[in-house]
Amino acid sequence: MTAIDSSTDGTQGAWLRSDVQDRLLVLAAGGRWNMASAVRLQVDLEMLEGPSGGLVELNAAEITGIDSTGAWLLYRTLKRLREEGLETRLVNASPTVAEMLDQMAANDVPHPAAPPVENGLIRVVRHMGETTEEIFWEVIDGIAFLGLVMQTLGGTLLHPSRLRLTPLVFHMEKVGLNALPIVGLISFLIGVVLAYQGATQLQKFGAEVFVVDLIGVSVLREIGILLTAIVVAGRSGSAFTAQIGSMKVNEEVDAMRTLGLDPIQVLVIPRTLALVLMLPLLAFFSDIMGLLGGGLMAWSVLDVSPGQFIERLNGSIGMWTFWVGIIKAPVFGLLIALVGCYEGLQVANSAESVGSRTTRSVVESIFLVMIVDAVFSIFFAYIGI
Amino acid sequence: MEVINDDLPTTAMAMRLRGVKNQFGAQVIHESLDLDVRRGEILGIVGGSGTGKSVLLRTIIGLNTPQMGRIDVLGEHVAALGPNDRHEIEARWGVLFQDGALFSSLTVAQNIQVPLKEHTEMSDVLLDEIAALKISMVGLPAEAGNKYPSELSGGMRKRAGLARALALDPDIVFLDEPTAGLDPIGAAEFDQLILRLHAAMGMTVFMVTHDLDSLHAICDRIAVLAEKRVIVCGTMAEMMQQAHPWIHEYFHGPRARAAIATKEA
Repeated sequence: MTAIDSSTDGTQGAWLRSDVQDRLLVLAAGGRWNMASAVRLQVDLEMLEGPSGGLVELNAAEITGIDSTGAWLLYRTLKRLREEGLETRLVNASPTVAEMLDQMAANDVPHPAAPPVENGLIRVVRHMGETTEEIFWEVIDGIAFLGLVMQTLGGTLLHPSRLRLTPLVFHMEKVGLNALPIVGLISFLIGVVLAYQGATQLQKFGAEVFVVDLIGVSVLREIGILLTAIVVAGRSGSAFTAQIGSMKVNEEVDAMRTLGLDPIQVLVIPRTLALVLMLPLLAFFSDIMGLLGGGLMAWSVLDVSPGQFIERLNGSIGMWTFWVGIIKAPVFGLLIALVGCYEGLQVANSAESVGSRTTRSVVESIFLVMIVDAVFSIFFAYIGI
Repeated sequence: MEVINDDLPTTAMAMRLRGVKNQFGAQVIHESLDLDVRRGEILGIVGGSGTGKSVLLRTIIGLNTPQMGRIDVLGEHVAALGPNDRHEIEARWGVLFQDGALFSSLTVAQNIQVPLKEHTEMSDVLLDEIAALKISMVGLPAEAGNKYPSELSGGMRKRAGLARALALDPDIVFLDEPTAGLDPIGAAEFDQLILRLHAAMGMTVFMVTHDLDSLHAICDRIAVLAEKRVIVCGTMAEMMQQAHPWIHEYFHGPRARAAIATKEA
């Protein structure tokens, strides 16, 4: 006669006594067969063995409480014994216990195994293929979207009354005016850092005064506009995706279509125009702040007076250096706005998708800005400016 | 008929609310609200839109702290419990939120296993078996276990949510509009499901609902929220005799008559 018992000090648990009499295994279960106590018997129950080909009799008379976990543990034990060729019988079960065990039998359906885990190597290859295909279709989709926006934009130019002025001005304020402090501060600090780092290197050659050229060329041609584009992609591109995406989740975009409003016209055009118009202005502001920071640093570290700085800048920097930076701005603005709106419209019906699309929007727009910037560099080098 | 009855012993009560006050800003939702819920009964909460039915449910399960009043659940003064006791009592109730509130990154089976893993120590095999058992008990096909919530229909998500709420064999189940958004057949099936599980497991059911068919079909008692408190609490037959204008309109309106006709048919 062996007994298993999950009772602990003070609380009554579940217990099971087993006694083998010849070819009969007598089980007596008692106590509270609930989740908390019965689970502690699971290993012992799995070890329970009966005389082969014999009979198992479960006496449930002393069970004082049972829940579905307890009932399941009893049921699966009896079931296993049956599968091992024994006959099982339930005796003295209260209506509750009998009912619970019947419930278990009624709901004992084979559960499908979780899909098998794929071989790691195959998964990597498959993932690579899937991603490549996905990128391919995204590019096609993106080009189609560009065409759609251009078509709508063309229509707007032909019929200017279609342009929604209020949202345009609203978005210009959001993406342009409100971005001034952050763009200004970052550009100013980068100017300071550039001047300081440049100065310490150039001092070794006694060529401190070239720090003006360094700041002028790098800020005007590249850093001013790139920094602005990255900041705007982070704060406005992501905002476009999140705004349009949550409207998509809310079915607002579908509602627009049913009301005869074109989402491209209503949502995409004002945002795109706002960014195309505001990014050159922001880039200009960034240029000035970068030069200001660089100039201040040059003054304080190298004693290059503001007068000297401006004179040197005038002498060494041509007008094209400035225009090379500014010309890129509307293109970057267009890219950021298109990616932001495109990803927003790609949002599926879940909040999770808004988050993942927003991340993609920022990463993709910064990536595209860098690529296009490189293309511009090659182009400008080719035509010699 | 009376809302509260202090003569009944505390052990016969699943929940006891006294003088509960809820206020958001200047807006008072509940004021000196009293309610008794007896063990093992199915209580339906009805009330007009904005009377704070869901707020009441959230207050009882502790997602919302009342400004005043005392709430006892299963004989414990919930607000006064320490973190450990609170953890313990949370294992004794299950909540079905309106759209299931399943964790979207987990499969249905994993969703059901979340409370099991948190509150018990089961082997992985047993976890899978119990999850499959609960899935079957709420009437979902076995394949649903490996699916993600987004792959299920609204009705199936509610069933899966119920399976998670029932994972720990709770003493009390809170249901927030369980049949809202289901087609009439699905809603009737869900009613029967609750009734069947109630018969099998004997838990107390606290159900916020607007569904007159549900009220007729499964509720033992009905509590009416109006004028910032529970104005009456009683059986369906008692509700039919109420003179209060809102209650009369609610239980004698055209939709109510249709529900009664269905019940009698």
